[in-house]
Amino acid sequence: MATTADGFTAHHDADHAHAHHDADHKPGFFARWFMSTNHKDIGTLYLIFAIIAGIIGGAVSGLMRWELAEPGIQVLGQIIQFMGGDGTTIEQQGHMWNVLITAHGLIMVFFMVMPAMIGGFGNWFVPLMIGAPDMAFPRMNNISFWLTVAGFVSLMASAFVPGGPAGNGAGTGWTVYAPLSTKGSVGPAVDFAIFSLHLAGAGSILGATNFITTIFNMRAPGMTLHKMPLFVWSVLVTAFLLLLALPVLAAAITMLLTDRNFGTTFFNADGGGDPVLYQHLFWFFGHPEVYIMILPGFGMISQIVATFSRKPVFGYLGMAYAMVAIGVVGFVVWAHHMYTVGLSVNTKMYFTAATMVIAVPTGVKIFSWIATMWGGSIEFKSPMVWALGMIFLFTVGGVTGVVLANGGIDDNMHDTYYVVAHFHYVLSMGAVFSLFAGWYYWFPKMFGRWHSEFLAHVHFWLFFIGVNVIFFPMHFLGLQGMARRYPDYTPAFEQWNHIASWGYVIMAVSMLVFFVNTFYALFAGKKAPGNYWGEGATTLEWSLSSPPPFHQFETLPVIEEHHSHYDHIGEKPAKA
Amino acid sequence: MAALTLDARNRRTMGWAFLGALAMLALGFASVPLYRLFCQVTGFGGTTQVATMSEAQLAEQQAASAGGRTFSIRFDANTARDMPWEFAPVQRTDTVAVGQRDMATYIARNDSSVPITGTATFNVEPEAAGIHFKKIQCFCFTEQVLQPGQEVRMPVLYFVDPAILDDPDLDGVEQITLSYTFHRKPGDTVAADAAAAGKGEQPS
Repeated sequence: MATTADGFTAHHDADHAHAHHDADHKPGFFARWFMSTNHKDIGTLYLIFAIIAGIIGGAVSGLMRWELAEPGIQVLGQIIQFMGGDGTTIEQQGHMWNVLITAHGLIMVFFMVMPAMIGGFGNWFVPLMIGAPDMAFPRMNNISFWLTVAGFVSLMASAFVPGGPAGNGAGTGWTVYAPLSTKGSVGPAVDFAIFSLHLAGAGSILGATNFITTIFNMRAPGMTLHKMPLFVWSVLVTAFLLLLALPVLAAAITMLLTDRNFGTTFFNADGGGDPVLYQHLFWFFGHPEVYIMILPGFGMISQIVATFSRKPVFGYLGMAYAMVAIGVVGFVVWAHHMYTVGLSVNTKMYFTAATMVIAVPTGVKIFSWIATMWGGSIEFKSPMVWALGMIFLFTVGGVTGVVLANGGIDDNMHDTYYVVAHFHYVLSMGAVFSLFAGWYYWFPKMFGRWHSEFLAHVHFWLFFIGVNVIFFPMHFLGLQGMARRYPDYTPAFEQWNHIASWGYVIMAVSMLVFFVNTFYALFAGKKAPGNYWGEGATTLEWSLSSPPPFHQFETLPVIEEHHSHYDHIGEKPAKA
Repeated sequence: MAALTLDARNRRTMGWAFLGALAMLALGFASVPLYRLFCQVTGFGGTTQVATMSEAQLAEQQAASAGGRTFSIRFDANTARDMPWEFAPVQRTDTVAVGQRDMATYIARNDSSVPITGTATFNVEPEAAGIHFKKIQCFCFTEQVLQPGQEVRMPVLYFVDPAILDDPDLDGVEQITLSYTFHRKPGDTVAADAAAAGKGEQPS
């Protein structure tokens, strides 16, 4: 690279001396944060937004665990009364339960994981890692963010308008299946929820377009696709999945909306429609969606494992194309979510086999991470322990995924807590551990101040124990036949449910540690240097100060011949 | 390419990306007719098939040479929640030889005080049998109008295609359930007025 790491640091240090240097000229507060066009500011906004949504979505799951702590219905009535309703009948309580599970699912998928992974870390680090001054379309970036916020407001509003005869709020599940979402949910709540998906979806499509354009056209000179950091690869694949999957969801929910309001019968058997078609459309989007949530996590884990093993990632090309393969195959396995709608044996056989094929590229990734660590000089810094936690727990979720992929076994397991356990292992552990790994990896880079490594480790261990106590017993409950989506259960299931609810408490305490650590870092944290992880951190963001200047790479960095896919910073080695 | 500025290249890439998104949106909507066509052609989801009389005769001849395996056919009748009709088969089960034409009859009565137009949806279980279950005539092919209190007999003329004998998915299947659900035609009052009196007996 033409400009060395030291060169950038020095350059930035000079900025402090001249407060109005171009690279660090920031607009006023309102213009900076509400009309933002700076990829780093928008990334920060996304992260703040995701944290707020995560608090709400996490609180909702707390209400659910509280209700499930013992058999019978204890809490739902009080929640309804708290929200100004009556809450005495079982119908109202059941509806409230449906509203809670719907809110938890939609918030965590669309307003926590996606904004944090793609909007937050994607916006922050894709331009930095490829050596671009900003995203290709900075103002479209701003629109993407505010559309997501508007979508969230619409979803929140749905909780306060009627969603059926039994009370307020949309109680359809995150899948919004017809006919429950059409004939079964009278009142505007479901319209608000659908509109929320439209807005968030539009925001994501614009964001995906932006990422694709940025990555294809704005890489630093010399950075070929095959020299790109794996995190950038992961966001590229994710952007393509978003671009191809979300419009199908948009079409499906638009038809739901017209079925609900304008008398069409796309999914309504009265007029010759077929509700199963909605399920096909939803899962044609929904399955790529789960890879959208995890792929950027894969990318982050690859960066982190390489950094803290001080080794290039093992099998770089295999890692990149494994993600491409997961993305491609992810589009042709959707019906494994709907084995029980009455598919023929041959159809089930195809979807079983196709689904299991995904275990191959996923295995390539897991084994390559392990091989990266093999013989490495491993440092157990906080991002690394989160990454190791992710690899372990995601693999657990992957194994139960292979079990559930079997059409025959799924006939028995469908809609049981085994499924709940499975997807929480891959998402609320796979995806969320990646997010925390990325957070501790890049927090000092983004905000210029150190978190406490001690508290980060405490956070890790409490969270690790907490989520496992919540979700591991769900495997047992599911195998014993406990069905999902019910607020009540037979007393036979009480013990493990009770334990799971205590797991939630442990997890909640760990989140307290997270917030204490974050505030500590922001207000009292030590200043972080440009490359605080040292030798193993070799992508372009480490060549900049922490935080990076408001505008970076006005002179483009150059990736030279001697730079590999791994090292974009180092000097050319002297001839021996 | 090199002649283009970065801005122009970005716009071009964005254009392609939006085009891809639009194509997927269009595909989403196009899936409605495509899915219907797919079900009709393949019998997916237990969609029964329509046959002509001459096809039925051909099937009967084939069946004669294929030996006389029989199927028990079960008749199922349902009405949608907002449909005030009484609807039931005359006979719950029937045994038919493969390829043999058979007539089943359902009875429907309008229990309400207004004329009502209904349409029947249909499928068979096991769903893999849909491709082999052929209807020559059926009340489900058209809309049905019943005056208040009117009761009509509704026939189905069908046969089980001899090809079922070669379908490994249906080895060991001895019974096929033919199921109908009558739905009130959405917004049916106008049609009911137009069809007014005397059109109760079956069109086919």
